[in-house]
Amino acid sequence: MSLLELKNVSKIYGNLHALDHINLKVEKGEWLAIMGPSGSGKSTTMNIIGALDKASEGEVLLDGVDIAKKSARELTNIRRDKIGLIFQQFHLVSYLTAVENVMLAQYYHSVPDEKEAMEALERVGLADRAKHYPSQLSGGEQQRVCVARALINYPEIILADEPTGNLDEANEEIVVELFRKLHEEGTTLVVVTHNPEVAEVAQRTVVLRNGKIDHESINENFTGRIKHITLQ
Amino acid sequence: MKKRQMYMRMVTASLLRRRSRMVIALLAIAIGATILSGLVTIYVDVPRQLSQQFRSYGANMIITSSGEGFTQEDVDKAVSLIPKDQLVGVTPYRYDTVRINDRPVMAAAMSMEEAQKTSPFWSVEGRWPSAEKEIMVGESVAETYNLKEGKRVTCTYAPEADKTDKKKESKQEEEDIVPDNFIDFTVTGILSTGGKEEDYVYMGLKDMENLTGSPTVFDICELSVSAESKQLSSYADSITGKSDMMSARLVKRVTESETKVFSKLQSLVLLVTIIVLALTMISVATTMTAVVAERRMEIGLRKALGASNQSIVAEFMGEGLVLGAVGGAVGAVFGFLFAQAVSVNVFNSSITFMPWLLPLTIIASVIVTGIACLLPIRSATDIDPALVLKGE
Ligand SMILES: Nc1ncnc2c1ncn2[C@@H]1O[C@H](COP(=O)(O)OP(=O)(O)OP(=O)(O)O)[C@@H](O)[C@H]1O
Ligand SMILES: [Mg+2]
Repeated sequence: MSLLELKNVSKIYGNLHALDHINLKVEKGEWLAIMGPSGSGKSTTMNIIGALDKASEGEVLLDGVDIAKKSARELTNIRRDKIGLIFQQFHLVSYLTAVENVMLAQYYHSVPDEKEAMEALERVGLADRAKHYPSQLSGGEQQRVCVARALINYPEIILADEPTGNLDEANEEIVVELFRKLHEEGTTLVVVTHNPEVAEVAQRTVVLRNGKIDHESINENFTGRIKHITLQ
Repeated sequence: MKKRQMYMRMVTASLLRRRSRMVIALLAIAIGATILSGLVTIYVDVPRQLSQQFRSYGANMIITSSGEGFTQEDVDKAVSLIPKDQLVGVTPYRYDTVRINDRPVMAAAMSMEEAQKTSPFWSVEGRWPSAEKEIMVGESVAETYNLKEGKRVTCTYAPEADKTDKKKESKQEEEDIVPDNFIDFTVTGILSTGGKEEDYVYMGLKDMENLTGSPTVFDICELSVSAESKQLSSYADSITGKSDMMSARLVKRVTESETKVFSKLQSLVLLVTIIVLALTMISVATTMTAVVAERRMEIGLRKALGASNQSIVAEFMGEGLVLGAVGGAVGAVFGFLFAQAVSVNVFNSSITFMPWLLPLTIIASVIVTGIACLLPIRSATDIDPALVLKGE
């Protein structure tokens, strides 16, 4: 059973089909990139997978459970327990320090644990910036805090929507490197990106166009842990 | 770290790090609490002061004689029926006709000290008599005889006309007994009240005794009692009942207006309190709405991280309630100062600090803030994380 499976998923705004009968499977431990032109439905897909939004039609199976039919309250619990989110605009709480921002995810998930949060910051190389406020951190550093926040609760799947969109090349590399590490540890990753360099390090790339899957490809040069994946 | 610790850290961090916005909300609450606690202080404390003030509008009980007058002893006996702490002033008066420039003038004799207690509103140009051979004259008397502060005036005592006519001999006798039937007074002050008091001259009891040659017998006694009208009339009844030659009655006009003004004042304070509470609520609600709008992204993020609606409510309510408590505490202090200033300026007396008002003000402003926050926070839970997190 796939970790995530989209069956005939559509998202309809008025008469606009932002997603039009999408079928997509993501295996446990897989690293998937989603590409496509602006407006093709990438963020919409992410929001539906991330339980932030509901599909208009179709089934969204996460761990075999259809989350398309869940109530807002149940979706909240799914986000809390199974999803790690990373955004292009970081979205850190401005009045909390780096470590407190990481602890915020723990706070809603279970109990805040400063030691564990510090370890997460260490993993992204920011142990020395733990007491800094977001405004005192560079964009790259902020995104690394977000990565730490996304991984702190060991989510089933980490979803990143344009994680490097606001970063320069050096920082982009650092974040990609972090993804690679996460993948190696067995984390399932779905990364939306415009940037081919970020996409090509993933195992597989799905390209959307006008709300449909245009094509997909397997990255032959992939050097990561899990090799055997199939096109759908 | 415990969940609660993290909660407290978030609430305080949000308040302290986002000061500028919070200061406005805090200000609104503190001002509301200031006015609230100030008004409550005035509400509670001022009636006490006002009753002192209203007593200054003169005596509220008068004892008259049903016979040939009464003595100080009679007065003391009658007054003993009223508890000492409620007794503000007791002034028995003796009236007689004296002559100035051979024309009759009504003279009142009394203890000047007591009279100042029962008639504190009397406005005296100059000063009250404080020694023998000093006299205070009513304004119309002063006009008639062209008297001024510091001038001398001679009062002679003329027994009533009928007595003189019938008993010329006796008058002769009296003059023999009392060689001193005229006194040269010094005018110490001119009294103006706007009433009939201005037709009198006022001297000490001793001078009157010397002038008339007869011991003091009082005609009426004015009392100023610190009591409500019900209690007051029961005192009057018992004084009247106890003695067969004295009857006490209330001076109605003053006591009634006293109660009227009280209840008017209290309903005014109540009205202002309600308005202030409403205004505070509106401004807190407005500020909170702005705060929620400003923090839409943050709320969306928290929800994306899995925050339930209850946690969002708890966090914002926590901030609101801390503001309410701090604003309430600040307001309680300033409210006392405010009430103090009002009291000193308007009522000329200082206010006693009421310790129970501090927790009361804090609780009240916490409740008001809580209610004011309900709607804005409600709207925070409606925020759709997918929408607000989408982009700039
Ligand atoms: N809340 C909404 N209401 C109406 N239309 C929407 C809404 N959200 C998205 N859309 C529309 O759905 C389509 C897909 O949007 P989506 O955000 O998924 O695009 P995207 O692929 O993420 O684009 P970009 O690369 O610019 O982020 C767009 O045409 C967009 O205008
Ligand atoms: Mg997008």
